[in-house]
Amino acid sequence: MPFNFTISPDFNPRNLPAWYIFNTWLQKCLGEAIHLEWYNDFDSQRQAIREDQIDLIYANPFDATMLVREKGFRTIASPTGVSDETVIAVNRDSGFQSVGDLPAEPRIACTDDPHVRLMCMMMLEPADLDASRLQTRLRDTYVLVSKDLIQGDADAGFFPEATFDDLSGVVREKLQPVARSEIQLIRHVLMSGPGLAQKHDAICDCIAGMAAQAKGQSIIEGLGFGGWDMLDQESTEFMIDLMDTLSSE
Amino acid sequence: MTGKHMKDMNPADIVGDYTQTRLTFHDGSSRVVYTTAIETPMPGGRLIVSRTDPQGIITHVNQSFIDMCGYSEDELIGAPHHILRHPDMPAAAFKGLWDTLAEGKKWHGYVKNLRKDGGYYWVFATVIPNIRNGKLAGYSSIRRKPSRRKVEEAEALYQTL
Repeated sequence: MPFNFTISPDFNPRNLPAWYIFNTWLQKCLGEAIHLEWYNDFDSQRQAIREDQIDLIYANPFDATMLVREKGFRTIASPTGVSDETVIAVNRDSGFQSVGDLPAEPRIACTDDPHVRLMCMMMLEPADLDASRLQTRLRDTYVLVSKDLIQGDADAGFFPEATFDDLSGVVREKLQPVARSEIQLIRHVLMSGPGLAQKHDAICDCIAGMAAQAKGQSIIEGLGFGGWDMLDQESTEFMIDLMDTLSSE
Repeated sequence: MTGKHMKDMNPADIVGDYTQTRLTFHDGSSRVVYTTAIETPMPGGRLIVSRTDPQGIITHVNQSFIDMCGYSEDELIGAPHHILRHPDMPAAAFKGLWDTLAEGKKWHGYVKNLRKDGGYYWVFATVIPNIRNGKLAGYSSIRRKPSRRKVEEAEALYQTL
């Protein structure tokens, strides 16, 4: 039986081929068969985690809590220079210049991306807006979130910063960011589960040495990363504590 | 870990007209502080992050912390977290904090913090015990921009405590 590897569903589709190449490279480095499994949404991925079907994951920071504290996953690395910042954007013609200008019960377009929702909700707090006052419009993609804003079907939209900055020029011209996070401490994390416990150190060695090889460096670039920052467990525990504080009220 | 000795604030660091107060802390130490009426608003989207050891001595700060309080990293590391205590904050508010943490629970509330220059900034603060391998390793404090309405409610409440 091969081990199962999965990627947080919020990956950039442009990097999809690079994840397959990464998986092939990792199998060669480890000498183990690893199957790359994709999930279309966070709920189905979490269900697979709960059922112990996942051995290796490039995880959304929001899910790190469950992975570490409930399922015994261990941290390997995070991408260098890629922190998970977020943006709240509005239609440029809306006249909204800050979150304080939004209506008392704003229509919010967003996806099911959990860390984006959590961080954007934090940025709405200074305007006295909490979940009970939002009319949430759940969309499958950030293109649809943008469309809601452009068509006036939503007052504000939640985006990962990288996705917002990557929108086409035509779309960006019609949107205006009114809040951007600068937290710098929240990142996606590559983690191994109990099924790979015997291979954890070997995976760490593979990842730590990846950038030193020409092929490895080219794969890292294909993933859109500057490299891998090897993490100790305390770094992840701290990020989990931090995410925990964001969800409190 | 033993914290740095808490010196009185230096009038030369203060910007604007100030009021002098002597604060006494839960550990019995005291310090003269100078306060002004100048508020520095907390920027949205940023988090002030600090960590302490179990005795409340600062072991880690982020750049937002340094930017907002006006102290350097060297001045903060090793200092007790009450270096930020503003005399307008009632002792009862902090008793609630320590009672909650002693139960191993997360605490949150609205806090007026004192800057090195005598000014202040309001935050919505969350403090959590860092439990590692079942033992208390320290505390993390995460602070973010509060709603103005909640700050006004807190100010009114604190004046009654």
